[in-house]
Amino acid sequence: MNSFLNVLIGLAIGLNLVALGTGRLQALIRVVALQGVILGCVPLLIKPDFNIIIWAFTLITVLMKGFVIPSLLRWASRAANVDRDVTPMIGFVPSLLLGSAGMIAALMLSFQLPLLPEHHGSLLVGGSMATIITGFLLLVGRSKAIAQICGYLVLENGIYLFGLLLVHSIPLLVEAGILLDLIVGIFVAGIVLDRIQRTFDSLDTRKLNILKE
Amino acid sequence: MRELFLVLIPLAGACFAALWPSERTRPWFLPIISAIHTLLMSWLLINPPEVLFHSWMGFDPLARAILPVISLLFLVCSIYGIPYLKIHKERKNRVFVSVILASLGLISAAHMSRHLGLLWIATEGLTLCFVPLIHFSSKPRAIEATWKYLLVSATGIALSLLGSFCLGYASLHGGGQGDLTFTALIAQASSLSRPWVLIAWVLILVGYGTKMGLVPMHAWKPDAYGEAPSMAGALLAGGVSSVAFLALLRVRSVVAAAGAGVIADRTLLFLGLLSMLLAAFFLLSTNNFKRMLAYSSIEQMGILCIGASLGAVGLWAAFFHLWNNCMAKGAIFLSAGNLQRGAGSCTTADAKGLFLIMPHSSLLFMAGLFAITACPPFGLFFSELMIIKNAFFLGYLWVAVLFLFALMLAFFGLTRIVFSVVYGRPKTNSKQLSTKYCEKPATLLPSLILIGAVLFLGLCIPNPLRQIWSDAVQQLIPNL
Repeated sequence: MNSFLNVLIGLAIGLNLVALGTGRLQALIRVVALQGVILGCVPLLIKPDFNIIIWAFTLITVLMKGFVIPSLLRWASRAANVDRDVTPMIGFVPSLLLGSAGMIAALMLSFQLPLLPEHHGSLLVGGSMATIITGFLLLVGRSKAIAQICGYLVLENGIYLFGLLLVHSIPLLVEAGILLDLIVGIFVAGIVLDRIQRTFDSLDTRKLNILKE
Repeated sequence: MRELFLVLIPLAGACFAALWPSERTRPWFLPIISAIHTLLMSWLLINPPEVLFHSWMGFDPLARAILPVISLLFLVCSIYGIPYLKIHKERKNRVFVSVILASLGLISAAHMSRHLGLLWIATEGLTLCFVPLIHFSSKPRAIEATWKYLLVSATGIALSLLGSFCLGYASLHGGGQGDLTFTALIAQASSLSRPWVLIAWVLILVGYGTKMGLVPMHAWKPDAYGEAPSMAGALLAGGVSSVAFLALLRVRSVVAAAGAGVIADRTLLFLGLLSMLLAAFFLLSTNNFKRMLAYSSIEQMGILCIGASLGAVGLWAAFFHLWNNCMAKGAIFLSAGNLQRGAGSCTTADAKGLFLIMPHSSLLFMAGLFAITACPPFGLFFSELMIIKNAFFLGYLWVAVLFLFALMLAFFGLTRIVFSVVYGRPKTNSKQLSTKYCEKPATLLPSLILIGAVLFLGLCIPNPLRQIWSDAVQQLIPNL
């Protein structure tokens, strides 16, 4: 079971690098959606016994991360008629180098940390930290508002992955609340995107530069 | 269970306000619901409900020590909200009224949360509630501020979620159940895995520190405070920042129980001093009086952190300071809102000589200045004095020196801006505006009430208040 889990997490880590390397907005949205779907399925592997609540939770997560949020972002990017590039502030090669360095550091660190016996040899901790670092790089390294939201989603995927360490102990109510908050957050971000587009006629956050000391 | 009404009534009010058809009468929801909240709060203070040991939510001493002042702040701000929304008839108030009420419910929920996950949910909800408030004016500047607020706060709050998970893992690793209630974590404290506790503390400090606006996570604060309506600014500075502070206090008590209290205190002290000093330097350079209030708020958050890191007496002073800051910030924000409308701007270049145009608001603004710069006999003087005395007493001489230095710089910076706004020769266009938005009792009274309350706390602290702060300190540091 652990090895299959590691394959999935490995895939998600690979997608991190794809997300850092891609120059197309649509491709970035697709990568983030795919990562969301892959990670959304992980709870089924961790808790293999059939449990209707876990299945429902997985289904909602996968639907939201894989379909609803990406189509919202795609819609925003079309409505905004933005050009198709992500316009990096940190170039692709430096982002990839930083991302890889972060990934190696995350994995090294995860071997140093005290883990429970069942998490030894699992990529959960390392993978989650690598994904969080990627999310940060996308957040600060891309200037298009949609790409920044994608960065936030990757960051959130990383935290979700870490949360799976506690899947047995965190009550479902709390999980559901967290998921709800994140979804509302993305919708709110979508509304703000729309306002930015209407006001500045662009989704390039470099144009948001009025406020400074 | 009675305490749950503190959450449910505002949330229900928010739903009703969202469905209410009339734009003209909807703002009345604000004072009505806030007044019910305050009354309920007073009843709960007189007859405290029982708090079950492992309950997820409860009106415990910590909630009792902070929530009343926030309820009061909301009530006063909501009185201000009616004339404010009347002046801005052109803007739809459905979302504005609903989210303010929802945020009152969520702030109450966050203060009473005794479960890390629940606390996170309430704080995140609160963060999102303020998004429509910040871009209420729909100006490009406001939208830019909203975007920055959303990105920085969402990232910060995501990190605090990660920190909460780390604390859960520390519990699992120590042989516990991963239960995230504070009481369970403290009960298990000695077996919590230390590396994970420290990682959790750093992440939670960064996460909730972002919400508080501690340096270096403060980037969103000047923009959001500068562009949000003053009423939202007052609620952000008084209500939201205290939620984050309380969250840090609760987590700190777990970290201290796990034997890492010294590290937690050192980091709080360091961030507190850094925030004070940097905010003081920014105060010397800014020329916008609402951004000035943001830097002043960063400075006050620094003071709270320093107080919290200086043992039981410091913590007591921090609670005292939080009350003072909450009301003083409310007063000065609301009067700043009047001045902004009168002058049509909040930069010192355009807003000048406002004393001639809006004498009452200017007076209140100046009184607010003296309150937040801790001039006696306002309450802030005594709370800050208590923190400094305690720093000397504990032998932190350098802390006291830096603290006083930052206060002095902040005093220069604040008085420089306030006096240049109040005195001088007014610009002609401000005169036309001021006749349109002339000073009314309803826009002056809220500031006056809050200033009066800060003054009162400076002159005497009622015994019940002393008692609830002592109880809260007792809850955080049990083996006193």
